[in-house]
Amino acid sequence: MQPNDLDRIARQIRLRDLQAVFEAGAGHIGGEMSAIDILTALYFRVLRIWPDQPKHPDRDRFVLSKGHVALALYVTLAKRGFIPEEEVATFLKPHSRLNGHPNCNKVPGVETNTGPLGHGLPVAVGMAKAAKLTGATYRTYVLTGDGEMQEGSNWEAIASGAQFGLDNLTLIIDHNRFQQGASLKDTNNLAPFPAKLEAFGWDVTEINGNAMDEIVPALEKRGSRPHCIVAHTNKGHGISFMQDKVDWHHKVPNAEQYKIAVAELSEAL
Amino acid sequence: MNAVTPSPKLHDCRDAFVAVLERLGADNPKIVAVCNDSVGSSKLGGFKAKWPERLVNVGIAEQALVGVGAGLANGGLLPFVCGAACFLTGRSLEQIKADIAYSNANVKLIGISSGMAYGELGPTHHSIEDFAWTRVLPNLPVVAPCDSIETAAAVEWAASYDGPVFLRLSRVGVPDLLPEGHKFELGKANLLRDGDAITLIANGTVTHRMVKAAAILAEQGIEARVLNMATVRPIDVEAVVAAARETGAILTAEEHSTFGGLGSAIAEVVVAEAPVPMKILGVPGIFAPTGSAEFLLDEFGMSPAGIAEAAIDLIARKSSRT
Repeated sequence: MQPNDLDRIARQIRLRDLQAVFEAGAGHIGGEMSAIDILTALYFRVLRIWPDQPKHPDRDRFVLSKGHVALALYVTLAKRGFIPEEEVATFLKPHSRLNGHPNCNKVPGVETNTGPLGHGLPVAVGMAKAAKLTGATYRTYVLTGDGEMQEGSNWEAIASGAQFGLDNLTLIIDHNRFQQGASLKDTNNLAPFPAKLEAFGWDVTEINGNAMDEIVPALEKRGSRPHCIVAHTNKGHGISFMQDKVDWHHKVPNAEQYKIAVAELSEAL
Repeated sequence: MNAVTPSPKLHDCRDAFVAVLERLGADNPKIVAVCNDSVGSSKLGGFKAKWPERLVNVGIAEQALVGVGAGLANGGLLPFVCGAACFLTGRSLEQIKADIAYSNANVKLIGISSGMAYGELGPTHHSIEDFAWTRVLPNLPVVAPCDSIETAAAVEWAASYDGPVFLRLSRVGVPDLLPEGHKFELGKANLLRDGDAITLIANGTVTHRMVKAAAILAEQGIEARVLNMATVRPIDVEAVVAAARETGAILTAEEHSTFGGLGSAIAEVVVAEAPVPMKILGVPGIFAPTGSAEFLLDEFGMSPAGIAEAAIDLIARKSSRT
């Protein structure tokens, strides 16, 4: 699938995500919009996966470490055929499989339960290490938030990933520059990321994480060391009034805002 | 029944753990050991010598230790994640909750040198909270074997069980109590001595002390039932209810805080199903003073004589109720 097609799918996923946030009255829309292009590239181009065999041993692994954007993953999984598209409407409803953070024992395609931050990367290191030990050819991808990189567990795993020589592991940092209550810069500024990752022994690629023609080659890049993609993204990407506004970490649009946002995303379609 | 007799020889249960791990590892290449620089203290030197590539050492990084274990299981391996119980459970509790228990990852968590095994090193190195922290987690059986025979049997069982397990081991020497060839059954207590005056329930390093306390009581004409209850979760409800109904009093002892451990798990059953007088022996809600595990267990009333004394007091409470 080519970048233009991927862009179209990403816009459809954004629109469905927005609708679901509006209908459920909850979600983490800012970080969902920043990550959706990356999710689209992974699920519609890069990952070797079989939606009808979600536990296929040779499947590529994807770990959504920033589990609070579960809705974006659910919409993507639905569009890719892992779960019924109409099931997205059950998001956050009583007894729905789709709660606010993904559950691997309920939702096909989810690999491990995330929610508390700093969990996905250590698990992804274990997945990639398992492939090295068994000779499996699958690759492991993990998406973290940039604020999430403040969790020390990530740096334990970054050190292990280099020590184990995990050239089959790709970490994507969704660098949208905002965390829950403020900008990264005003909180605990780990940026710039590249020098830090390089110092730990990783290859680093910096991209515009909302541009398909940069995302795809970065995800498909292969080297001899673990690979970190620092994806510069915009929180709320695609919806003008949300973009780069910290308020939209988990704010829900009102009816008027919703109408404007739907119009903007539909126009792009 | 005849009461069990503790073996004269004492065993470090880590030896039984690694002996079984290496035996199973020879037949099952999926078995990997994961550690946090704890090759020596987990006695994984032999495993490492046989299969260096299957010993995954993440260094001094317990959050990665548990997370990596979950990932290895996702990749089709059977990880035994080993670390000092105090760090494995305390430092990585959220990983145990989210990555292992909630994700239902097929990972065996091996807490080494639990309880006060690191005695003189002090409360930072004591793991007397781990039953409380782990037994509230769904999907996670919590098991503390009483001797080398039960340790071997529990490791064998854990390897065949499809799901997470927390196995709590010590390094303190204990006599063998259970017969050779003993099979471990999750959630089933073992009757070590029968009696009707009171039931003494323990696990781990304290079980043999209960057996010795029962012998002291027998010399005074008091026949105590002794149960070894390695499984803290799921608790053996049937054995607890039978103990309450048939003996009328329950004394528990554990190398753990008196808050939230084996005694608490038993009390939850007793209160709901068959209320009788109970007493819980353990570390009484304090940070322990300096001393070896053996010294501290005695200090907190868990010498055989101390247990016998607590049993007599409890039997008196039982009598005063009628």
